[in-house]
Amino acid sequence: MGTTANMIVFYILGTLIIVSSVLAVTSKRMLRAATYLLFVLIGTAGLYLLLSYHFLMGVQLAVYAGGILVLFIFAILLTSAKGDKFEPRDKQKVLYGIIAALAGVTVTLFVTLKYKFLYPDNPTIAGDKEINMKEIGQALTGTEKYQYLLPFEILGVLLLACAIGGILIARKR
Amino acid sequence: MIPMEYYLIISMVMFFAGIYGFIARKNLLAILISLELILNSVEINFSVFNRYLYPEHLEGMFFSLFGIAVSAAETAVAIAIIINVYRIRQDIDVRHIDKMKN
Amino acid sequence: MEFTLLILIIPLFMFLFLALAGHKLKPGIAGVAGTVGMAVVTVLSYTAAYIYFFDTTTIDGIYQKITPLSVEWLRFTDRLHIDLGILLDPISVMMLVVITTVSLMVHLYSIGYMRGEKGFQRYYAFLSLFSFSMLGLVVATNIFQMYIFWELVGVSSYLLIGFYYTKPSAVTASKKAFIVTRFADLGFLVGILILSYYTGTFDFDLLTADKGSLVISSTAGVSFLGISAVTWAMTLIFMGGAGKSAMFPLHIWLPDAMEGPTPVSALIHAATMVVAGVYLVARLFPVYFFATPETLTLIAYTGAFTALFAAIIAITQTDIKRVLAFSTISQIAYMMVALGVSSFDGHDGLGYMASMFHLFTHAFFKALLFLGAGAVIHAVHSNEISEMGGLRKYMPVTSITFMIACLAISGIPPFSGFFSKDEILAATHHHDMALYIVLLVVAGLTAFYMFRLYFGIFHGKEREYHHTPHEAPWIMLVPLVFLAVLSCVTGLIPFSEFVSGDRKPFDSHIDWNIAIQGIIVAVTGIVFASLLYRKNSEKPAKIAAKFGILYTAAVKKFYLDEVWLFITKKMIFKYISTPIAWFDRYVIDGTMNLTGRSTEKLAWIIRDFQSGKVQSYAWIFIIGVMIITILALCL
Repeated sequence: MGTTANMIVFYILGTLIIVSSVLAVTSKRMLRAATYLLFVLIGTAGLYLLLSYHFLMGVQLAVYAGGILVLFIFAILLTSAKGDKFEPRDKQKVLYGIIAALAGVTVTLFVTLKYKFLYPDNPTIAGDKEINMKEIGQALTGTEKYQYLLPFEILGVLLLACAIGGILIARKR
Repeated sequence: MIPMEYYLIISMVMFFAGIYGFIARKNLLAILISLELILNSVEINFSVFNRYLYPEHLEGMFFSLFGIAVSAAETAVAIAIIINVYRIRQDIDVRHIDKMKN
Repeated sequence: MEFTLLILIIPLFMFLFLALAGHKLKPGIAGVAGTVGMAVVTVLSYTAAYIYFFDTTTIDGIYQKITPLSVEWLRFTDRLHIDLGILLDPISVMMLVVITTVSLMVHLYSIGYMRGEKGFQRYYAFLSLFSFSMLGLVVATNIFQMYIFWELVGVSSYLLIGFYYTKPSAVTASKKAFIVTRFADLGFLVGILILSYYTGTFDFDLLTADKGSLVISSTAGVSFLGISAVTWAMTLIFMGGAGKSAMFPLHIWLPDAMEGPTPVSALIHAATMVVAGVYLVARLFPVYFFATPETLTLIAYTGAFTALFAAIIAITQTDIKRVLAFSTISQIAYMMVALGVSSFDGHDGLGYMASMFHLFTHAFFKALLFLGAGAVIHAVHSNEISEMGGLRKYMPVTSITFMIACLAISGIPPFSGFFSKDEILAATHHHDMALYIVLLVVAGLTAFYMFRLYFGIFHGKEREYHHTPHEAPWIMLVPLVFLAVLSCVTGLIPFSEFVSGDRKPFDSHIDWNIAIQGIIVAVTGIVFASLLYRKNSEKPAKIAAKFGILYTAAVKKFYLDEVWLFITKKMIFKYISTPIAWFDRYVIDGTMNLTGRSTEKLAWIIRDFQSGKVQSYAWIFIIGVMIITILALCL
């Protein structure tokens, strides 16, 4: 892939993500907010693709866009039975939020731009190297160094616990 | 080659949009959406650092992977709780959920 | 002699028992229990006295001091420790006899007098407390123990004066008594501290041993404002004694203390507690005599002035208990004079012995007077002399015993007062003619006002009574008769064989020269009283009118109460207490309040940090992280 095409795609994705994430938290209608969240998540998946993490992109799309977002939409529809109502703003809270966000952006931007990252010696390989699925599978199922069987299993148990917990909490009494 | 800082700036904006939403919104689901944004931006950062600074390793990517899984779990439980709250109180305004305080 | 400890323990136990369990007992049983306890104590005291005077070996004819018990109670350092113990010597044994006898009589009498009163059990509890404290006071081995019990008698006196606590005048009187004596005790305490600071001991034995040499040597050369330290100390200690013994100008509480029940007045404010001051001076007599003779002179003159002063007021009072109160003040002042003019050893120590002798006899006849007055008040329900008269007919026993007491206090032989008063007059005569003349005048005045009282109550015209006056019940008459017998015979005791300044018996004899002068004066007083008051006439009023201002002043007790009120209210309260109160209220309290309020304000401010709202927590968290980041960047 050409560098220019990469840049163009990146800018498109970046704009999409930035605009959508701001809209996701400012939109007064919950269903719209959820939709903007979907755009953000898809944009993120695109970023993973740009970084050549294909597997991660797949997971992102499947879990986030496919799973979590559906949950969100169900929840929104369940909890706003009286229609997609406007949510009145609390001016003080908004002010606090803006202050926190702006202060955070300022400081973080300053730090990010000021800090000299230590790039590896041969930066050329970055951005291009595709990761083999076999490699990922072995890393997830091995117990050696840089292999993650134990976290993987624990995550499995966690998901099971969450599934049971979610059912238990949300079931009708 | 896209400079790494660009990615970081995108994730930063996403992060602080999440922070804003977390503080300013009153709807519990909106807050949860903000939380997803925050988590998502963190995952982007992990992957970006992995790709640019340590391209021969995979820790960052796996961390993102696990992060996605954890956020999925968390969302499931949180939504279950929110629905339950809604059943009891008929609304999900965060200001009204103070029954356990007293 | 270890059994003497029981003399203290039994009243204490009775107090605790009656105070804690009294309300569960029937009143009569509580009274009988208190009386029986006191009777046991009396028997023990008599036994102790007998053993001490007749069954204990004397060395060179000197009665030895016996300390059956002494325990270290509070130990602060090697030098500073407070002991509790029992000290037996002639005067303390004599006091034991006096206190227990009068106390027993009062216990017995009160069964009749206080019958049906609300708080009967409480009354007996307080009586036991008083007896315990007074007995502890006289057997104290050291000055600090004495001070402790001194305050305890003050408290029990306060409680008993205020026994009718629903009566405002009783409450005021009890407060007055407590505050005035407390003020005097401040001097006492300061005196104790000065004395003990230099001598390094509280112990009476060490202080008075060897002609007070320890005090003299340890305070040598120390002076303050041109007066030596020991004089300061002993004068301040005397101030405590003057407060308790109602010496001028601290006597103002005693007349008001008559608000208490009459038997209490007999016990506390006539026979025992008020002589504590005399006892204190007697106890420290060697120190006074050898170290600060000038204080002793001060004591003598204070006493003489008080005696005259109180006697003059007593003539004009119309409340029988107040007459008796002023008479008490006058008689105690007599004892003080006797101590003031005394020397230490041999026949020169006559004053000391006379003082103790008078204390001894006075306790009985004054208690008798009070109890008799109580019987009269019981019969006519009034304290005013003008509402009495002609009671002789209705109350023969009371009348006769009262007359015996009057004769005794006037100094008519062969009643006890004659002997002790004669010794005092003799001692004064040897020492100072001016004082002698004053005392002689006082003796005449005493006879006059006592018989004014007697004639006023038992003779003269009958008044309108609510109901026919009746003789007191037998349980009140028994103490009267017993005390009357004592008033007759105690004068015959050869007192100098037992009590003297140096504890060495000596022979005393009646100095008939002086005795006859005393008798003449007393008889003159009686004759005058009889002329003026035996029959109702206009003469007393005319004479009173002649004296004019002087009479009014005496009726008003020479306005001393007003003077004190002026000093306290107008001067001390206004110029000292008010600024202090202001300082306390606005500066001290203000600081405290400021601290409290600012804490509260701060709490209101930081209370939002604990709102329980996750969003505000998140906001604070974010801002905190930002601040830390900025700080990290700056550094």
